[in-house]
Amino acid sequence: MTDSAQRAQALDLPARFDLPGPLRAAAFAVFLAFFLWALAGAEISISELLAGIPNMGVIVSEMVPPATDRVGPMLMSVLVTFQMALVGTVIGVLLSVPLAVLASRNMTPHPWVYTGVRTVVSFFRTVPDLAWALFFVASVGLGPFAGTLTLIVDTIGFCARFFAENMEEVDPGPAEALSAIGARRIDIVACGVLPAALPAMTNTSLFALEKAVRSSVVLGLVGAGGIGAELAASMEMFRYDQAAMIVLMIFVLVLGVERFSSAARARFISGNET
Amino acid sequence: MEALALDLPHTTDTTEGEGAGNIARLSPQAVETALRVQDLSKSYGDGNVEVFRDVSFDVAEGQAVALIGANGAGKSTLLRCCLRLIEPDAGRILINGFDLSAQHGRALRKSRAKVGFVFQKHNLVPRLSVLSNVCHGGLARGHGVRAWGHGLSRKVEREHALHCLDQVGLADLAERRADHLSGGQSQRVAIARALMQKPGVLFADEPVASLDPCAGEDIMDLFARLNKDRGLTFVFVSHQLEHALGYADRVIGLQDKRIALDTSTHTQTLTSLRGLYD
Repeated sequence: MTDSAQRAQALDLPARFDLPGPLRAAAFAVFLAFFLWALAGAEISISELLAGIPNMGVIVSEMVPPATDRVGPMLMSVLVTFQMALVGTVIGVLLSVPLAVLASRNMTPHPWVYTGVRTVVSFFRTVPDLAWALFFVASVGLGPFAGTLTLIVDTIGFCARFFAENMEEVDPGPAEALSAIGARRIDIVACGVLPAALPAMTNTSLFALEKAVRSSVVLGLVGAGGIGAELAASMEMFRYDQAAMIVLMIFVLVLGVERFSSAARARFISGNET
Repeated sequence: MEALALDLPHTTDTTEGEGAGNIARLSPQAVETALRVQDLSKSYGDGNVEVFRDVSFDVAEGQAVALIGANGAGKSTLLRCCLRLIEPDAGRILINGFDLSAQHGRALRKSRAKVGFVFQKHNLVPRLSVLSNVCHGGLARGHGVRAWGHGLSRKVEREHALHCLDQVGLADLAERRADHLSGGQSQRVAIARALMQKPGVLFADEPVASLDPCAGEDIMDLFARLNKDRGLTFVFVSHQLEHALGYADRVIGLQDKRIALDTSTHTQTLTSLRGLYD
């Protein structure tokens, strides 16, 4: 045995796994207790699930084949859904950029501004989109406009936060160099921070578009326009075959947007764009 | 390295900086001193970690000065304090007669615009073209939004940016993305960006530390030409004592939070400078 091997044997090897300390064990026990309590609150019932399986079978059988009698109006509703998602996302993204500048630690003009904007953005994000939809339907009436306003607010809540984090994560070197040149804050944001954060911001925007398309379907359920209203009407009239066609259309729409956004993401983030 | 023709305008451009910036301007006699540092002190962590204390020195116009010292001696902090990129705790900084320590906002930006600063890591904006990065040098010289990129700039500004690139031998790479350049090329673009400012003083913080020896020599030769041919005042931080002796007129050594050495390079040898690292 070599000298170094002998010396290694003489040393105390660390244990393969650390035993949890009393605090970690207590924290785990508390979490477990909360989870069991939540299970009770969620009324999880295996017997009810088993009893519901025949009903699921009936509904699925009525869904096949999907109805084609209202394809035209349904396609128009899908189009409106996509239009709402696109307009809501684009306007939301544009409004998110200045808010993100104010809400990023490295660019905010004052800590109070940072806190204020972060609070507003958190409020936009934490209030569910259905609640915003109900608010806007009550304010501006039924239809796509209420849905679009909802998607704008929802996109701001999502994008402003992530844009701010994207800006905080950029290499501070170029911003320091521009500061040394004597650039204004707006110059530093426009020339040093935004170009560096652009790939991540594009990624976030594409996710926001995907999210908006999915949300816009649900918004129709509360009268905020789009295909969701068609889906709600079909389900209420027990026209599961029509509902199946709508679900298929939504599937194609969401899949199409996801495929487009994946391709755009790969192309843009691979660094081929100037 | 090919010989570079250096025919940019000589010394500081005084056509800008009128108004707020001139309030803090001192007497004409003081202008011959390009950089004056008086009793500068800096510490971190509520004063617990002192970087340097009461540091004072003058740099004459056209002089090349090397700042040397061991790791953590405060060389880079001192250079950044000179432009108030790091705020000093006490002391004064005068550049071309303007008291930077008394300036704020627009006046401070105008003063910074007259000083080029080349960083160890080039600090170019990676996704933009080389020419756009050079155009950024005009940000504080009244170019405004036009300096955000070469697509927005006027023809005369684009031509000037291209001319600056030509000074560093990279005019043919103007349209290439900055993150597609080698380390040496990136550092040259950073120098071109500094030249775009038409500076009277050029600071460089370990500008060749991340380059191979040949690229490093090329960059230092370029700095030397700018210093000799244009009379550009040049203050650089270096760990390479050969560069301090070969490219500077004067060497300032930091040790134990103070200036331990301030002398002409002609009187120094590598061995004598190494004493600073003991």
